[in-house]
Amino acid sequence: MPGLPGSGSTSTLIRETHDSPAASTSGAPPPATAAGAARGPRRRRGLLRLISPLVVLLLWQGESAIGLVSTQKLPPPTEIWSTAVSLVTTDSPAYGTLQGAMAVSLERVAIGFALGATAGILLALVTGLSRVGENAVDPHMQMLRTLPLFGLIPVFIVWFGIGELPKILLITIAATIPLYLNTFAGIRSVDGKLAEVGRVLHLRRGELIRHVVLPGALPQMFVGLRLSLGAAWLALVVAEQINASAGLGYMINQAEQFDRNDVIFVCLLVYCVLGLLTDALVRLLERRALAWRRGFLEQ
Amino acid sequence: MATRLPGAVTPHGATTGATNGVTNGVTNGVTTGVTNATGPAARVAGLSRSFGDRRILAGLDLDIAAGEFVALIGRSGSGKSTLLRALAGLDQDLTGELAVDGPVAVAFQEPRLVPWRRVWANVSLGLRVPDQRQAAQDALAEVGLAERADAWPLTLSGGEAQRASLARALIRQPRLLLLDEPFGALDALTRIAMHRLVLRLWAHHEPAVLLVTHDVDEALALADRVLVLAGGRITYSGRVTLPRPRDRDHPDLTNLRTRLLSELGVTPEGTK
Repeated sequence: MPGLPGSGSTSTLIRETHDSPAASTSGAPPPATAAGAARGPRRRRGLLRLISPLVVLLLWQGESAIGLVSTQKLPPPTEIWSTAVSLVTTDSPAYGTLQGAMAVSLERVAIGFALGATAGILLALVTGLSRVGENAVDPHMQMLRTLPLFGLIPVFIVWFGIGELPKILLITIAATIPLYLNTFAGIRSVDGKLAEVGRVLHLRRGELIRHVVLPGALPQMFVGLRLSLGAAWLALVVAEQINASAGLGYMINQAEQFDRNDVIFVCLLVYCVLGLLTDALVRLLERRALAWRRGFLEQ
Repeated sequence: MATRLPGAVTPHGATTGATNGVTNGVTNGVTTGVTNATGPAARVAGLSRSFGDRRILAGLDLDIAAGEFVALIGRSGSGKSTLLRALAGLDQDLTGELAVDGPVAVAFQEPRLVPWRRVWANVSLGLRVPDQRQAAQDALAEVGLAERADAWPLTLSGGEAQRASLARALIRQPRLLLLDEPFGALDALTRIAMHRLVLRLWAHHEPAVLLVTHDVDEALALADRVLVLAGGRITYSGRVTLPRPRDRDHPDLTNLRTRLLSELGVTPEGTK
């Protein structure tokens, strides 16, 4: 460690001993300005990211005007928009309303995801916290993981018929696996040095799990949560192609029969938007729950 | 067989003393040799620990008297941390005798604060008192960190984090406080401030302290007794009776420093 070359080091001493919050980031701009400035660039980055999709949209519209591909196969964005508006405003006998279909689909995803997330977390606790549990449960999860999920559809139809149950179960299984894998990995990756601290402080096992293990696994759990949500939406799309009588997938099936690609595009875009919205919701939760990690950037 | 009786008063007969090899002459303020104490805070006899073929501790004997400040120095890999972990109850594969009388607390080399608990909640973690917040606040005030009680650990500087770690150790009213090179990663100025803080806390709470360090000057500045660990045993024990704060250029300290360095095998003269 070098000595004290002049007055610069003296100020370091004063900071250290007087507990200035900026002590760890000496040389960086004052924390208040840093936090204020962080918001500006983030918003600007968000706007910048919009440019490229907008350009694609314009090219798409321009292509329709030229007529390279028939608008029957690839309807222009303006037509998709007007179709969306009419699907929302009119309750047609062929499709029902868009919002009605969305409600049905959302309900399926919500139930399936809730069941799957609960199962994934509980199973990961069993395997993550005990070797016996790992040996008993993990092999099954690994096999289930490699199983092509949609290969289960025929079996599920035989077992559970064509009602809501097989659809929801499919979504449940799809949502279980990423959350299970990531929670398990998160629990196992908790710093052993912190577990030692727990032992030195005589934490009971329950306290160790609650205060050290689970919060330590949380960042990885959030990764799993986002993957699970994605998987749930994916499973929904597939599940709704089989014998659905309501929902977005049903709407797509109907549109296919009536040769209405514009309706199909509307439904696909709705899947997109719903998926993005749920992902944003999880990220919001993540930012709150992991504030301790954000802390050193923004405090 | 390792015996470990945390929290129990251990029976003890004749004191075997803390040293194997030794000893230097007695000079002003600095003596070396065997230590005797009644009611030791920790007692270790014939302690051994191997990792594979490597025998890190080889029949080590050590008594730490109540309230005594002991510094343990040794080259890297000499087993300093192994001994400390044994005393902390973090090692199960020991042979020999090991008894610690009363609560033990540890401050590790990295502060090991739990990053998702605020500073005060780190200090009170595992504490069984009715008002954890107040207890933590008091302990933090004592280490001069009261205003950072609600901060996240990742926002603390190195010195602040170590003070929080000290508060977390001291709030448990330990009879034996184990310090595992807690100042090694700090800059020189912060380290000086931390030395003063540790001495003040030690004087106030009067725990026995075992400070593991590779810094001879740090050991000389703080400890009642400086031990050298080599070949799995305590090979040297030097007592320092100079009042604190100590002038590092005091002739007694200079003599002992030379001796300690030669025990560690770092003298260029090669007089051994």
